[in-house]
Amino acid sequence: MSGTDNFDDLRDLYQEVILDHGRHPRHAQRLQTFDATAKGDNPMCGDRVQVWVKYDGDRLDHVGFEARGCAISVASADLMAETVQGRAKADTKALFEAFRTMARTGACPDCGGALAEPLERLAPLSGVHEYPSRVKCATLPWHALIAALDGTKEASSE
Amino acid sequence: MNVMTNPAALDVERIRADFPILTQTIRGKKLVFLDSAASAQKPRAVIDAMVNAMETQYANVHRGLHWMSERTTESFEGCRDAAAALMNARDRSEIVFTGNSTGAINLLAHSYGRGILKPGQAVLISGMEHHSNIVPWQLLREDRGIELRVAPVTDAGELDMAAFEALLQDAKVGLVAMTHMSNVLGTVTPAERIVQVAHAHGAKVMFDGSQAIVHRKVDVQALDCDFYVWTGHKLYGPTGIGVLWARRELLEAMPPFFGGGDMISSVTYEKSTWAEVPHKFEAGTPAILEGIGLKAAIDYVQAIGYDALAAHEASLTEHALARLATVPDLRIIGQAQDRGGVVSFVLGKAHAHDVATLLDRQGIAVRAGHHCAEPLMHRFGLDSTARASFGVYTTHAEIDALADGLVRVRDFFA
Repeated sequence: MSGTDNFDDLRDLYQEVILDHGRHPRHAQRLQTFDATAKGDNPMCGDRVQVWVKYDGDRLDHVGFEARGCAISVASADLMAETVQGRAKADTKALFEAFRTMARTGACPDCGGALAEPLERLAPLSGVHEYPSRVKCATLPWHALIAALDGTKEASSE
Repeated sequence: MNVMTNPAALDVERIRADFPILTQTIRGKKLVFLDSAASAQKPRAVIDAMVNAMETQYANVHRGLHWMSERTTESFEGCRDAAAALMNARDRSEIVFTGNSTGAINLLAHSYGRGILKPGQAVLISGMEHHSNIVPWQLLREDRGIELRVAPVTDAGELDMAAFEALLQDAKVGLVAMTHMSNVLGTVTPAERIVQVAHAHGAKVMFDGSQAIVHRKVDVQALDCDFYVWTGHKLYGPTGIGVLWARRELLEAMPPFFGGGDMISSVTYEKSTWAEVPHKFEAGTPAILEGIGLKAAIDYVQAIGYDALAAHEASLTEHALARLATVPDLRIIGQAQDRGGVVSFVLGKAHAHDVATLLDRQGIAVRAGHHCAEPLMHRFGLDSTARASFGVYTTHAEIDALADGLVRVRDFFA
């Protein structure tokens, strides 16, 4: 079956970029030296993530994570780490708000603005808005990151 | 077993015609509903009974002197008779209506746990309980110093009977509270043996029959248990109504749980007296329409008969275990000898939520997660599983669709 099956019906949420980052995350590592860390926990499905951040002044110099969870949460964590690297803290928080809107609604009111470029990289995750129970998988790593930036230790998904 | 020649086999296509929802399409595909253990679909008879009551004879029960109230009381109380007959209770007064199984167990934890059990005694559960049969006893432990013991589960997913018996040896266990069929593993527990052993050590026994009563004839007199709880919505009835069955003398000895209207005999500011059982435990306006709906559901199940239900379930389970065994990298959790139509599994390294979402894309509804049984998940070193569960309307072709769908999910992630 798999020889001729192109899985078209399965790809709206699980696009190639998500499968790829879910399978081979580039930033899935604990940082040896870091300035902040926080955990995120989704007790409903057992997803757990920890995020480490190294600053360079006001910017996020390096972000690493360890995640145990579904393909969506691992891919989201990896795309997040990739996208926020080098970004100012305030910028990162704004990006989270815009991403959360995209994940919840599929709409991207900020896509034409200053965050257009990072949001475009995160756009493959926008498909989760059709699966309300999965939105939290995509946003959990971000909650952990924002908790680290705010100096709190734990975040749980909304 | 050849289903076609089995006299007990039910005509599943005729059954399916009774369930209006089964004609729905999901994401453009025919609905394959394999999540009945979470909540079952409703036959036309249940829907019609509730609508008809609202359209023709609705009023509050037990207090009106007018025609509508009398008719509604009669319909609602008919559910108590039907439930008593379903379980072979000695008397209809042994049927207490609650909101669901959780409500029934909480009632028991309050009225029996706080009213009858004494500090220093213990409640013994198993390692495969739903959270609803764990947390009420933890609350009791914290409130009253009543110990909570857990009888372990074997690698096959069965109750470890030797360990169970050992936990009863000191005669401190006042109540064994155990599932009759695991909502995760499908394991059917050896209820008769559990009762014999528990009674021999002076403990009363409650079974959580939320899953079992859907598939097996439950005869509380033959089981010789003391309490049995179940919920309507898994037995093709509406949500919002469940049953606590208990021996009448136990109900009479237990203090009430909720106070209010309907549960009293008389009220003065100095002292109130309680209504006779079961009304002592049914404060406030009950789930009237739900009771009428549940009566229709019980009638529906009785008309099919448990012989046919059990044969259908056994045939589906056997087919599912055989078909799922052909899916590469799939591992079934729970290998009990005596098991029912609930099958939990993990698929390679794929997370259960991804599996469920990708099955949903193919129109197949399964449950994924910890199934409100976190300690059991941890027992098997897991955070979550996917779970397929069957109902009276489930077909072999739907199980084939599940197996084929899982092969696609596996290949998709490969």
